[in-house]
Amino acid sequence: MPDATPADPFVLAGTELPSRLLLGTGGMRSPESLAAALVASGTAVATVAVRRVDPGTRHSLVDLLEGLGIRILPNTAGCFTAADAVLTARLAREAFHTDWVKLEVIGDDRTLLPDPIELVDAAEQLVDDGFVVLPYCGDDPVVARRLEQVGCAAVMPLGAPIGSGLGIRNPHNIELIVGEATVPVILDAGIGTASDACLAMELGCSAVLVASAVTRAEDPARMAAAMRHAVAAGRGARLAGRITPRFVAEASSDFAGLIGDTPLREGA
Amino acid sequence: MSRTTVNGAPADLAPGTTVADLVATRCASPRGVAVALNGEVVPRSTWGSTALATGDDIEIVTAAAGG
Repeated sequence: MPDATPADPFVLAGTELPSRLLLGTGGMRSPESLAAALVASGTAVATVAVRRVDPGTRHSLVDLLEGLGIRILPNTAGCFTAADAVLTARLAREAFHTDWVKLEVIGDDRTLLPDPIELVDAAEQLVDDGFVVLPYCGDDPVVARRLEQVGCAAVMPLGAPIGSGLGIRNPHNIELIVGEATVPVILDAGIGTASDACLAMELGCSAVLVASAVTRAEDPARMAAAMRHAVAAGRGARLAGRITPRFVAEASSDFAGLIGDTPLREGA
Repeated sequence: MSRTTVNGAPADLAPGTTVADLVATRCASPRGVAVALNGEVVPRSTWGSTALATGDDIEIVTAAAGG
């Protein structure tokens, strides 16, 4: 069950992607289990962090992703200032030959919530430098608007703090962001299980980025597959047009022809 | 004169060492690697011609697992 099709394409920065599920690579126990989860997820894009080389590391994440035909989306995770995030993005462009960057500028080391001031500043600098900027942001519709105004190719609001698995704490704000954005909205951070990813898509997000919920699951590949189905189901439900919620019942069975019925009875 | 640092640690580099030389000693492969010299990215095309000087601050990075 594909979640992006020729009739319903997912286009990010002019590039058509075959999946609306993006995967983070952090937190996985082994390269083998990461590869299995990536394949099971059906993703076309995976994030990586930029870190100092470790001479003791034998496996290459770049080789693993390129071998699977998965696009590398470098992030600026761990950066607390616009200056650090901009330099990290420029290093990533040089290292991985991509001008796409998932921009993260963190403002608090306990909640890992984004710093909106530094974030907008960094986004503007990177857009001016030719980057395709995909910013991880809070669920504030005004910040999302500002990010779009400075030229970001998408906005990536959180559902809940990174790695928390708390799901989407403010679905109303996500809907507000979706309602106003003219760039794709990618729900990023907070997803705990498949129903959270499904809800993100039902709310109108164009895609979902999942990391810890898959990589730290007991069976990452199985959870990756579940996420893939959830994203497809949520997208389908969004396009299908859900019924309006009601406070009282609306019978789905016609009362006409009910045994013991009289002509005067009205349906409930 | 300040110390030369590579990825935050003091390093003694032979005179004339280039960025390319340093990467060759620190990385199994230059693929997926980038270098910053004193806070500026050194394009791969100039690694061989960029000589390092005492007091330089060099960062050599690559991909790591991350959300």
